[in-house]
Amino acid sequence: MIRVRNLVKTYKDLIAVNDISFDVEEAEIFAFLGPNGAGKTTTIKMLTTLLKPTSGEVELDGLNPAVHHNEARKRFGIVFQDPSLDEELTAYENMDFHGVLYKVPRKVRLERIEQLLKLFELWDRRNDPVKQFSGGMRRRLEIARGLLHTPKIIFLDEPTLGLDPQTRNQLWTHVKKLNEEERVTVFLTTHYMEEAERVAHRIAIIDHGKIVAQGTPQQLKEQTNSETLEQAFLALTGSAIRDESVGSIDQMRNVAKMFRGPRK
Amino acid sequence: MSAIYILWLRQLKRYVRSKPRIIASLGQPLLFLFGLGFGFGPIFQKAGQGNYIQFLAPGVIAMTVMFSSVFSGIELIWDRQFGFLKETLVAPVPRILIMIGRTVGGATVAMIQGLIVVLICFLAGFRMSNYERLPMAILFMVLVAVMFTAFGTALASVLSDFQGFQLVMNFLIMPIFFLSGALFPLTNLPTAMVIITGADPLSYGVDGLRGSLIGLSHFGMSLDVMVLTVIAAVLLSVGSYLFSKIQL
Repeated sequence: MIRVRNLVKTYKDLIAVNDISFDVEEAEIFAFLGPNGAGKTTTIKMLTTLLKPTSGEVELDGLNPAVHHNEARKRFGIVFQDPSLDEELTAYENMDFHGVLYKVPRKVRLERIEQLLKLFELWDRRNDPVKQFSGGMRRRLEIARGLLHTPKIIFLDEPTLGLDPQTRNQLWTHVKKLNEEERVTVFLTTHYMEEAERVAHRIAIIDHGKIVAQGTPQQLKEQTNSETLEQAFLALTGSAIRDESVGSIDQMRNVAKMFRGPRK
Repeated sequence: MSAIYILWLRQLKRYVRSKPRIIASLGQPLLFLFGLGFGFGPIFQKAGQGNYIQFLAPGVIAMTVMFSSVFSGIELIWDRQFGFLKETLVAPVPRILIMIGRTVGGATVAMIQGLIVVLICFLAGFRMSNYERLPMAILFMVLVAVMFTAFGTALASVLSDFQGFQLVMNFLIMPIFFLSGALFPLTNLPTAMVIITGADPLSYGVDGLRGSLIGLSHFGMSLDVMVLTVIAAVLLSVGSYLFSKIQL
């Protein structure tokens, strides 16, 4: 379903993604793990047409996203690491906006919005503006939105960041269920190793822009003689702490936080 | 088409829902109209130029439309910052349609703001010389709205933060407004000012509006329409190009 060969992304003085290759099968849950700044988000951006690769090949469901962007875009849904909802619009309007952009026919759109909002337990709050939603509700809404156009692949970039254990647990239950019932291919990144171990069929570990290991959770543990995936992860990537440089968008986000005051 | 419609609808909904923004954005034109209009009125009259409110109103209307549309275009920075831009950029919609949708939406919001100020001008005692020319006035407002929404979008495509935005406001938008003839007549100016005001695209918007509202045009209204149309087309193309180059 996803085929990546020799993918490279370089910035002026930095190699963000350095010659990686991997395959994800149909209906597989594939976890992409790595420390901060390892190249996870850059890879997702290249897979989802937001960023042009410096070199290398990508295929999504047999299509090259760099050439057939719009065809490729119909095949996947994505939940970004950062929020991407319009806070002034209601949950329903956010869904509807997405459905219209993806040309989901009106009748199907209305049915599917209702079905997904009910599944993610947001139907009762559908007419409330998103700015009144908690972090967990926003996340659920984003996943529901990503699935609205029945994509074959869904990308989840750290979907559980900042959520409480209950919400995380529920979220993965939904994802597993969708994967089993609708045979959606799932490509996810997370920092919580126990989550990856629980849901992923296969895992790739990326560090400094290179894939350092690939396999089932069991294989990775055996390969490193570790008892848990977390130990395996540390064995493969070392225990040095990484500092990500703060981009201008993050700086601006801090300014915005200052102006908008504390969140309720 | 449906993509353009939904983007337009989104901007309209956002506008209608943010009451503080509506009120705040009407403060500036009101200040200009009442502060300047009544303050300079007697001197303008003494200088033999007639009623200053009559003269100033088209300038204030043009100003409102310009500021609202630049802001609508620049809203792109906010969308980028709060992440919503990504949602539109991964959608299977050509970027040009997204750009058109945003421009139409931004221009519509600017038109609503402009029409509110037109009403306020009437309340302040402004009167049109010939009401049959109202459609002409609206045409000029639309041209200014489209032109500056595209301009704002083009700027926002290359800027990525607030600091840049401040710079643009102080060194680009304010001069465009002050040097457009919105506040003073373009006749008998020193040569340097003639050149600068002639190079300012808003001058033609103000002039066209003044021509259609009070029958007083410096450049001639057909030249105004031509210049505005050409610049709007150029800015739309440049804006679309820059927008299509955005990578996140």
